[in-house]
Amino acid sequence: MADIKQHSNWYEFTKGLIKENPNLVSLLGMCPTLAVTTEAINGIGMGLATTFVLVGSNLVISLLKNVIPKQVKLPAYIVIIAGFVTVIEMLMHGFIPSLYSALGNFLSLIVVNCIILGRAEMFASKNKVLPSICDGLGMGLGFTLSLTLMGSIRELIGSGSIFGISLGIPQSMTLFIMPAGGFFVLGMIIAVINKVAKKKPPQEMGCKGCPNASTCKGNGGCEQ
Amino acid sequence: MSKNLTVTSSPHRRDSISTQKIMLMVIIALLPSVVASAIYFGGRAILLIAVCVATCVLTEFICRKLMKRNQTISDLSACVTGILLALNLPVTLPIWEAIIGSFVAIAVVKQLFGGIGQNFANPAIVGRIVLMLSFTADMTTWAIPKYYQASEGVITGATPLVSGDSSYMDLFLGNVGGCLGETSALAILIGGLFLIVMRVITPSAPISFIGTVALLTFITGGDVLYQVLAGGLLLGAFFMATDYSTTPITEKGKIIFGIGCGIITFVIRNYGGYPEGVSFSILLMNILTPYIDRLTMTKPVGAKYPEKNKEEVSK
Repeated sequence: MADIKQHSNWYEFTKGLIKENPNLVSLLGMCPTLAVTTEAINGIGMGLATTFVLVGSNLVISLLKNVIPKQVKLPAYIVIIAGFVTVIEMLMHGFIPSLYSALGNFLSLIVVNCIILGRAEMFASKNKVLPSICDGLGMGLGFTLSLTLMGSIRELIGSGSIFGISLGIPQSMTLFIMPAGGFFVLGMIIAVINKVAKKKPPQEMGCKGCPNASTCKGNGGCEQ
Repeated sequence: MSKNLTVTSSPHRRDSISTQKIMLMVIIALLPSVVASAIYFGGRAILLIAVCVATCVLTEFICRKLMKRNQTISDLSACVTGILLALNLPVTLPIWEAIIGSFVAIAVVKQLFGGIGQNFANPAIVGRIVLMLSFTADMTTWAIPKYYQASEGVITGATPLVSGDSSYMDLFLGNVGGCLGETSALAILIGGLFLIVMRVITPSAPISFIGTVALLTFITGGDVLYQVLAGGLLLGAFFMATDYSTTPITEKGKIIFGIGCGIITFVIRNYGGYPEGVSFSILLMNILTPYIDRLTMTKPVGAKYPEKNKEEVSK
């Protein structure tokens, strides 16, 4: 455990927001992303519920990392995660019944959300408690951010309102609150994130790596 | 001497035919439908077609500029997409919705996948489906043509597929409610025959498409001629199920493509939630095209059997 490079807690927190955004960069947790983001408020609700579970499970798993035997680590993680999911489910059922019914099955399905299991396996089981909490918080907020962004775009174009407030647009493109629109918006956001976060220089082949360079003696002319 | 003996890879023999010429012929073939739509639906039909064409060409121009690729607007393919999309819209559709449809067709379906020849689905079909799913009410308001009734003003009604009360003659000439280009079977047939005679398309896909719909309708006891003439079947079969980059290359593949389209169209028309299924059927079969191509690949003359078969023979 000591061979892992140590970063500051601030770094562990911020990396999940954009640079290692679990949703838009790692492409984890696609199922709730596409299913619940028909409205911005659903996105926030789902994201914050996941954040709660993520922080809780990261905390407990990093505390118990030396106790859990390797052979049964996955069942142990799932039990811990399921415990937190049950807590948030009951809380939401009691206090925000409208959101509870809007999210429906997807709330209980947080148990099998691969972001949470992924962070437990990749981070919490190898790190100390405080970095694990920061990591969980950052990843959860990154997830919330992407869900809210997707929800806002889909709600704005698909039903002409934002956070349930109608903007008085007479015609809206219903396609965007359909599954196809979800995929479309997700693709567009990922494209933008890739452009912003990675900033890869465009790859130019040139004549250097070209197998036919000896034939045309580097005169070029083969580019489109 | 050595200059005259350059060694190059195939193709060695070049024809004078170009993408631009093919697309020009498609546009000529679409002209009867354009004229028919102007006769039946008036000046707004021409306006809608002009807007779609202009948006498609402009979108293609901007996309190629932004992506820093060479310009391809001169090959007229964006122009064809614009006309085809417009012919698939009802005449009462708001102009800005037509602009969105044209933008989606060119920017999303064609240019994001790499431009002409790289798109997996027919741009005009996807443009129509996006509009259909987004503005269902506007897309299913069919204006009844001018000569249908003597009374003034635009009167809307159901597509003949739903109402089922138009005469064969009206359906054949196009004197029914519907999208701009789909109503006149006569105009489409003239265009389609022109394309077949000029060898731009082969008749296999349209014939198997229409034939399948006719056969299935006959088996289930429906009105065969009515089902063939009404709706967008003819337009789809001649102009969209024959698109080069989104339909199979081989003749056998084209027939499979047509039969698949026919089955899906028949099922959607009779058992689905939408009145018309031609565009959905073509889109679904577009997606299957690479697999159909792989299945129906022709063997070169004298090709050897794969190793596996040889072993079986020796046993």
